[in-house]
Amino acid sequence: MITLLEARGIGKRFGGLTALEDVSLTIRQGEVYGLIGPNGAGKTTFFNVLTGSYVPEAGEFVFEGAELPLGKPHRVVGAGIARTFQNIRLFRELSALENVMCGHHIRTRAGLWGILSQNRHTREEERLTTERAFELLRYVGIEAVADRVARNLSYGDQRRLEIARALATEPRLLALDEPAAGMNATETGQLRGLIEQIRQDGITVLLIEHDVKLVMGLCDRVAVLDFGRKIAEDVPAAVQKDPAVIAAYLGGGPRHGQ
Amino acid sequence: MEILLQQIVNGLVVGSVYALVALGYTMVYGILGLINFAHGEVLMIGALTALQTIGVIQRVSPDMAPLAQLAFALGVAVPVCMALGFLMERLAYRRLRNAPRLAPLITAIGVSFLLQTLAMIIWGRNYHTFPQLISTEPLEPVAGVFVTPVQLAIVGVSVALMVGLLLLVNRTRLGRAMRATAENHRVASLMGVDVNGIIAATFVIGAGLAAVAGVMFGANYGIAHYAMGSLPGLKAFTAAVLGGIGNLGGAMVGGIVLGLVESLGAGYIEHLSFGFLNSSYQDIFAFLILGLVLIFRPTGLLGERVSDRA
Amino acid sequence: MNKLPLFPASLPGKAQWVLLIVLALAAPVLAGYFGRTWVRVLDFALLYMLLALGLNLVVGFAGLLDLGYIAFYAVGAYTWAFLGSPHFEVHWPFWAILPLGAGFAALAGIILGFPVLRLRGDYLAIVTLGFGEIVRIFMNNLNYPVNITNGPQGINGLDPLVLFGWDLSRALGLGGLQVHSLYLYYYFFLLCVAGAVVFIHRVQVSRIGRAWAAMREDELAAKAIGIDTRAMKLLAFALGATFGGVAGGLFGSFQGFVSPESFSLMESIAVLTMVVFGGMGNIAGAIVGALVLTFLPELLRHIAVPVQQSLFGQVLLDPEVLRMLLLSLAMILMMLAKPEGLVPARARYSRTAHLEGRA
Repeated sequence: MITLLEARGIGKRFGGLTALEDVSLTIRQGEVYGLIGPNGAGKTTFFNVLTGSYVPEAGEFVFEGAELPLGKPHRVVGAGIARTFQNIRLFRELSALENVMCGHHIRTRAGLWGILSQNRHTREEERLTTERAFELLRYVGIEAVADRVARNLSYGDQRRLEIARALATEPRLLALDEPAAGMNATETGQLRGLIEQIRQDGITVLLIEHDVKLVMGLCDRVAVLDFGRKIAEDVPAAVQKDPAVIAAYLGGGPRHGQ
Repeated sequence: MEILLQQIVNGLVVGSVYALVALGYTMVYGILGLINFAHGEVLMIGALTALQTIGVIQRVSPDMAPLAQLAFALGVAVPVCMALGFLMERLAYRRLRNAPRLAPLITAIGVSFLLQTLAMIIWGRNYHTFPQLISTEPLEPVAGVFVTPVQLAIVGVSVALMVGLLLLVNRTRLGRAMRATAENHRVASLMGVDVNGIIAATFVIGAGLAAVAGVMFGANYGIAHYAMGSLPGLKAFTAAVLGGIGNLGGAMVGGIVLGLVESLGAGYIEHLSFGFLNSSYQDIFAFLILGLVLIFRPTGLLGERVSDRA
Repeated sequence: MNKLPLFPASLPGKAQWVLLIVLALAAPVLAGYFGRTWVRVLDFALLYMLLALGLNLVVGFAGLLDLGYIAFYAVGAYTWAFLGSPHFEVHWPFWAILPLGAGFAALAGIILGFPVLRLRGDYLAIVTLGFGEIVRIFMNNLNYPVNITNGPQGINGLDPLVLFGWDLSRALGLGGLQVHSLYLYYYFFLLCVAGAVVFIHRVQVSRIGRAWAAMREDELAAKAIGIDTRAMKLLAFALGATFGGVAGGLFGSFQGFVSPESFSLMESIAVLTMVVFGGMGNIAGAIVGALVLTFLPELLRHIAVPVQQSLFGQVLLDPEVLRMLLLSLAMILMMLAKPEGLVPARARYSRTAHLEGRA
């Protein structure tokens, strides 16, 4: 199995608070990799460091054999890693279609001159972006609301739109931050189907989730964070039985710093 | 050497005025995250109202002692400005508290513009002379430096007000409520704080300080007119940022520092620029400082304190 | 064809456009019927449209509140003053000066843009305001020790617009009719505005327009999908400034003199008011805002003075004050009552004709 992303010794501090400490993990190509842990464990911080919103104090990422630029979100996306947000950050006044088209920005090249002169290359690119965006809307199942303004979409549709937008950046690793939050059982089932489909289409998925059923059923491997440290990294069945993990979720047992 | 000391004195005087106005900016920003663009105009209204009052007094009872006239003028100008501050918040800003980012700022700009226009209508476009109620005759020079009673009064009153404000914020219930609201509106209201009232109080207090600053500004420079508030307002905002926005001590320090830099800069600018620039460029300093601070140390000298409106 | 905002919806798209073109071509004739001053007002309205369109690009599309926008106007105008007037005894043709003015303005935009890139909204506003003021202070004071800008008196005798031998400041004889220079300038300015609209519309419905919209809506999310927000902000500043620069050059040639007074903070705010009042973020809004807020003060000026004379025997509110009052009230009331502005059309950043027959 090929390693897609390797995190080595990632450390992140905010003033006196250590959010991540010496976190190392390996994500293999083609798998669905879960990142779990109690609230405040540092999962979203890890996402933020990976995608360049924060600069880590220590450690590095190796993605597809090359070192990932730190602290530069748009270059991380350029390298092939896209993310969604825990509390949905769509472009609310743009239509669903336009939201997805924005995701295609980084894979297109038309410059000011081409746009002003509307030369053939620019028009082709624009057509391609529009069609690709529509295809992605269909892929996640919301093509019917392509023209609707994002803030008027239902919660479930908004979540799917965010995934479509991330897919428009043509990532090889898709990082989803709690995609099932606020969803009922049916919707979660549909989400699971979508993620399976994404994996089948060759995109590796990194997933932060609290929904145990979803994680256990979907993820090939899982890493557990607690107080900023990785305390387990294995297949879900093994992690479920790991005493350190149980202790982290339920309290009691040895704690970081004691 | 005397020149240097003289410039320092001048800088301290101007700096105290900036500090008073900066306090208003910093308090409002700390509590609402809004730059009250119209705050400089409050300074102007304070000065012109005081001027008007003195004019009336001097016609009605011209024998009143100058200090009494001044006190009277302040007694009118301060409440007027406080009412103005209250109205601004109530009519314009409150409705926009949850509006998208640019809306409150744009409205504040509109309010500022409107106030200038109203002042233009009421007091005309001319420069008015501010009466010399405190002597501007220099006292005995100390170490070759001339200081006038007006300047002493300005610094004295400013210091007194700043101390008063610090005591208010740190030692009273109102102050505690203000600090709590500045940290987090929602939690403060859950603790029983009347958030709307506190916000109104913040505007009112800031406006009162600006009114006094306006009178002092008028007394220091001897003139008052409808556009006198906009540049000092901007500079005072710069001072607030320089010291750390939301931070009261920062506003005071920032004001003094800005005053000093401006004064010294104006004095030495010709030397520094080999005669190319002269003292009429002195307004640039404030903007340059603003730019530099925001690029190199955006949290300001003493660190910023903005509310956590999660 | 897309339907136009403000036009009766019952009219088909094409008819709306025809109506618009006819109105635009006939406007100066209609205005001239009431007196030549109104044609002049129209000319200024067109210049303000250019400014509003440029500022709308920065504020409305990219979401950057630039309060010093008028500085770019000043750069364009003074470039004309330097290169097309007796001041330095340089008289270059318009096709050299205008692009240079635009270029200098764009450069100024980039110089301004660089340091302010990572500032948040309100700080950005103040710093850009400071920039505008600094430019004005320099314009006002660069007459000593070396006289560059002639200080507060400004520079006079700017060359008029001469289009390849055709001097727009001279009336044109058309078979017995004398077409006054004001009309000639109108049609040229109209051409410029039309060009600007096409230009901006193309940028709006492009990856750049979408990137700006994304940045404006949620900068963090925009970065998270790979948009280089720094570059996009610089581009917005530079492009917006270019419009200001061109408008400035045209203004210089039209008015014949420039002075720092025309480029005050108040003017920056006036243009901002036009954008906000008309409807921030869409092209029609900028045009309507500029039109209304250039005409209304002039209308008031013509009504208010005689009315006040007859009612009060004297003029209490002179026209300049009225203009300021109107603008400030327009800004405040619009923000409180209808923040989307007069023309709330949602700007479209995509052409869905590509998808006809898909859904």
